[in-house]
Amino acid sequence: MSERQIMLYLHVHQPFRVSPYSAFDIGMRSDYFADNDQVSNEAVFRKVAEKSYLPTNRMLLELLRTQPKFALSLSITGTFLEQCERWGPDVLRSFQELVATGRVEIVAETYYHSLAFFYSRFEFEKQVLMHREKIQQLFGVTPRVFRNTELAYNNELAEWADGAGYLGAIAEGWDEVLGWRSPNYVYTAPGVKRLKLLLKNYRLSDDIAFRFSNQGWAEWPLTSEKYISWLDAIDDQESLINLCMDYETFGEHQWEAHGIFDFMKAWIPKWLESDSNSFVTATQAIIGHEPADEVSFERTVTWADTERDLSAWLGNSMQQEALKHLYELEEDILHSHDQELMNDWRMLQTSDHAYYMCTKWFRDGDVHAYFSPYGSPYDAFIYFMNAIRDLRLRLIQHAIGEESA
Amino acid sequence: MLGWELPPYNSGGLGVACYHLAKALAEHGADIQFVLPSTADHDDVEFMRVLKPRGTTKRTVYTSNPNPYTGDLTTIRELQAEYEDFVEKLIAIERPDVVHAHDWLTLRAGMRAKAVSGVPLIAHVHATEFDRAGGDYGDPLIHEIEEHGLLMADHVVAVSNATKQLITKRYNIPSDKIEVIHNSAELLDSHTTDISAYRYIERLKHEDYTVVATIGRLTRQKGLTHFLRAAAQAHSRYSRFLFVIAGSGEQRDELIELSADLGIADAVIFTGFVRGQALRDIYNLADVFVMSSVSEPFGLTALEAAQHRTALSITNQSGVREVLNGTLTYDYWDENRLADQLVALALSEPLRDQLAHDAGLEVMQLSWKKVAAQFVDRYSVLRRVQA
Repeated sequence: MSERQIMLYLHVHQPFRVSPYSAFDIGMRSDYFADNDQVSNEAVFRKVAEKSYLPTNRMLLELLRTQPKFALSLSITGTFLEQCERWGPDVLRSFQELVATGRVEIVAETYYHSLAFFYSRFEFEKQVLMHREKIQQLFGVTPRVFRNTELAYNNELAEWADGAGYLGAIAEGWDEVLGWRSPNYVYTAPGVKRLKLLLKNYRLSDDIAFRFSNQGWAEWPLTSEKYISWLDAIDDQESLINLCMDYETFGEHQWEAHGIFDFMKAWIPKWLESDSNSFVTATQAIIGHEPADEVSFERTVTWADTERDLSAWLGNSMQQEALKHLYELEEDILHSHDQELMNDWRMLQTSDHAYYMCTKWFRDGDVHAYFSPYGSPYDAFIYFMNAIRDLRLRLIQHAIGEESA
Repeated sequence: MLGWELPPYNSGGLGVACYHLAKALAEHGADIQFVLPSTADHDDVEFMRVLKPRGTTKRTVYTSNPNPYTGDLTTIRELQAEYEDFVEKLIAIERPDVVHAHDWLTLRAGMRAKAVSGVPLIAHVHATEFDRAGGDYGDPLIHEIEEHGLLMADHVVAVSNATKQLITKRYNIPSDKIEVIHNSAELLDSHTTDISAYRYIERLKHEDYTVVATIGRLTRQKGLTHFLRAAAQAHSRYSRFLFVIAGSGEQRDELIELSADLGIADAVIFTGFVRGQALRDIYNLADVFVMSSVSEPFGLTALEAAQHRTALSITNQSGVREVLNGTLTYDYWDENRLADQLVALALSEPLRDQLAHDAGLEVMQLSWKKVAAQFVDRYSVLRRVQA
């Protein structure tokens, strides 16, 4: 029997949400992300920590200890790590323990989980560097594979990642791009020297991430036997399966009570019983496989929604306006050399803010509504624009301060 | 006097007008029982007795009344039924000289009072359902109440000639039964600006931005989509504009999205509902006040803006233009014209000053005292006829 590998990749992120910020707050207070009655970043973090981060890391550590052939990759945003430092040293320790096993790789991305790649290359590179430094500082490792926010990927990103020295990039294995080709191979991209592509097998990933506890799904309940039978049914030639999902799948999107942890603890050891089966990290997957072909992503593809594009973030004019005005401040913010201004400006770049303004309710909107802390996308927009106005005032005040100094 | 709301538990101009009218009437010596449908507290009102049903039904107790403009009609009708019973009992205990009913909300109670007691009924029309519908037909049930109530009333008072014409035309009420008594504006107590509430706007004014404000419910009647389109046009010709939209209402989300669609979201500030100092500050900060209503029987906010020496641009469809000549006017649909006016106002301080000056003088001629005097005369006539 031929070799079969699984590259399991989980994405860990929390944004700093903007608490309700009215026109009357502009110039009065600048603690946009401070907790209040309606929005509490700390409360969300602790809730998800108890439901997801801590039990999932316990499960993963257990699997790493008992299964020598188990490995995985994580992308952990800088904003998440800051929240760990503030509200969850226990959570941070549990991630550090995972990485210390040597079989958990950390993937590169922007520190702020931003869409900076599409607005400012300079700022984007700065955030990737900030993330790299944070990872080195907290985990003592240097990422070698790149993923962009929401797996937003195109040929331009491939060229950038290649030039920046990354071995590989992770992208959605979307049918419209792949055509007849399978995501279960390693690919390369046009115009790159050595960059390889790992493409998400969205069917097998989403069976776990989205459908696991959906009782309306024909395959419900998903058992380990059933899942392994699907893995085994894949052509022997297709030797790499990339399972990519949000980390919060475990315990937050799919609840413990519905058996998500038991399911993982069952199918992974069982599947690993076969000598030819193993898990690999992203870098191992890239080093271990030659590219089967070159895949060209002419347009930006993400792992989100049925459209697999950026429409959940940039689909309506509120989102476009909000980000336009935010990035217009770049030059002034950077020239200010004011640490707090730069920090707040960057925190506002976290893509979740734009996501909360999404209005395409009817197809994917239920997912969005679940994640939004606000009454409506219009409120999200108003608070965000008001925060931008306050940033402007602070810039003016800063400039006055400089002059008088 | 039958009313639906009083400040500070008001959702619009109706409550404000009722309050000042009643106060001025009391100063003329009128003894007023003001009936409200809710449990909202108005203990601080000393010039009249504010009465309200005890709330015997199991219904929710409101801190303020259901918004007469956006509230659920079933809830409003329930409340009205209770209100009518209460008014009937009240009339039996203490027979007034006149029943003065404000708008459709209290008209049925007014009719019942007249029917059981024979007391003359004045129907005071601040707005009809045709106005509220903003060009649509509106609710047929409300039309029926309005038509019936205006027919039954001994006398009808409209807040503008435009409203009088509308009542004559749409409800076939004989015009000699309808008297026009324009509203006034109470001099707002403070003319000082507490800039802290609007630091951003204040700051942009220092940078020579022109602040254009509009205040009102965010609803179709107010013509705000036309306003925003005109604003976008003006903004494309002159970038230093800041538009402030104060108020809340069911059209809010649509307007926010439209401002983004038009690419002027950054130049439009939505403050939400404001009152008190925050409201006065908007008038103080505004260089230009726009009343963009599709159909506005009167338009108290325009008078308040004029008091604050703000240049005004108002639609020809707003009744307030009958008392204010020192304004620029346009038809609510004429976005090009409003855009021209806005740019002209932004570019010419003398024009703004002249308009502000003229309208300011006109508004000083108005007073609730004069308004109340007209009502007192009318009450006397009705009482004589009765006797």
